[in-house]
Amino acid sequence: MPSVLQPKVGIVSCSGEELAQGTVARLATLKVLHELRPAHTVTICLPLFLAGGEGDREFARFHPTITVDGCDLRCAARGTEMYSGKPTASIVVDDLVAAEGLALPEGRRALNDSGKQAVNLVAGRIARLVDEVLDRRQHAAPVAPAPAPAGRDTDPPSCSCRSRRGPA
Amino acid sequence: MTANATQVVVIPCSGIGKTYGSVAREAAYDLCEDLRPEGTTLVALAKLVLGEEKARERVRSCPAVTIDGCKLMCASKLVTHSGGQVAHEVAVLDVYRRHKELKPEGIAELNEGGLKLARLLAEEVAGVVDEIRRTATTAGGRHA
Repeated sequence: MPSVLQPKVGIVSCSGEELAQGTVARLATLKVLHELRPAHTVTICLPLFLAGGEGDREFARFHPTITVDGCDLRCAARGTEMYSGKPTASIVVDDLVAAEGLALPEGRRALNDSGKQAVNLVAGRIARLVDEVLDRRQHAAPVAPAPAPAGRDTDPPSCSCRSRRGPA
Repeated sequence: MTANATQVVVIPCSGIGKTYGSVAREAAYDLCEDLRPEGTTLVALAKLVLGEEKARERVRSCPAVTIDGCKLMCASKLVTHSGGQVAHEVAVLDVYRRHKELKPEGIAELNEGGLKLARLLAEEVAGVVDEIRRTATTAGGRHA
C-alpha cells in the first residue's frame, strides 16, 4: 500500500492594505486557516515569492493553491503564477460581492457590516474550494509525495516564514 | 516651498502568518490615517510584488518608510527591488524588545498590547517622517 500524504491546500491572499476589499481578503483567509479548515490549509506571505528563498518560490509546486484577491489587479493570483506556479483556483472579493449583491465593503482598518458579511461569504467560498481540491486529489491516482526541498520540513508550518499561526 | 511638498510612502509587510505582521499593518494605518495623513501615502506591498507601475513610480520618487513584521524584511527588500530607496526601516520585533510590557497577540484581531505597540511604533515613525520631510524641504527636493 503506497504511503500517500494528505496534501494541504495553500491559500495566498493579497495584502491589500489600501482597500477595504484587501482587508476582506486577508480576514477571510485567516478565518479559513484558523477556524474553517485549520488541518488542511497553509499560507505564505505573497512578498516572500520575491523576498524569500527558493523554497518559498516552490510553494505552489508543493501545494495546490487558492489565491484570494481584493480587486481586479489580482496581485496574489498574478504574483503566484509569475513566481511560483499556476494557482488551482482564484477568488476576487469584488466579483463575489457583486455577484451576491452585497454593498461595497468599507473601512480598510475596521470593516463595516457589509465588509463583515463579505468576509463570511469569501471564507465560505474558500472553504468549499479547499474541499473540492482535496476531494479531487483523493480521487486521483495515488502518487509518491514530492521530495521536500533541502532544509525544509516535510510537514511545513502554516506560514512559510516558518512561524506557526501566532507569535512564538 | 512648504513642508507639505514631500510625501513619504509607507509600506507595511503583508504579514499574514503572524502577529507582528498585523502590528505592522495597524501601525501603518495609525501613521497614515491618524498621525500624519497629510504627509504620508500607504502603498500596498502586493503591488510591488506584481511590479505595478504606479506603485513602483511612487517608491522611486518618494522617500519610503517600511514597517516589517519579521526578520525577512519583505517590505524593505521589495522597495529596493522596485528601484526605490528606503529612507527608514522599522522591524516590529525591535520595537517590541524595547517595550516588552506590550505583548502582541492575535492576528485577525490584535489584543490591547498589540494595538498599543502599533500606536507607539507609529508615533516613533511619525517623528522620523517629520524629519525626512524637513530634510527634503531644506534640500529643496520636491516629490510627487
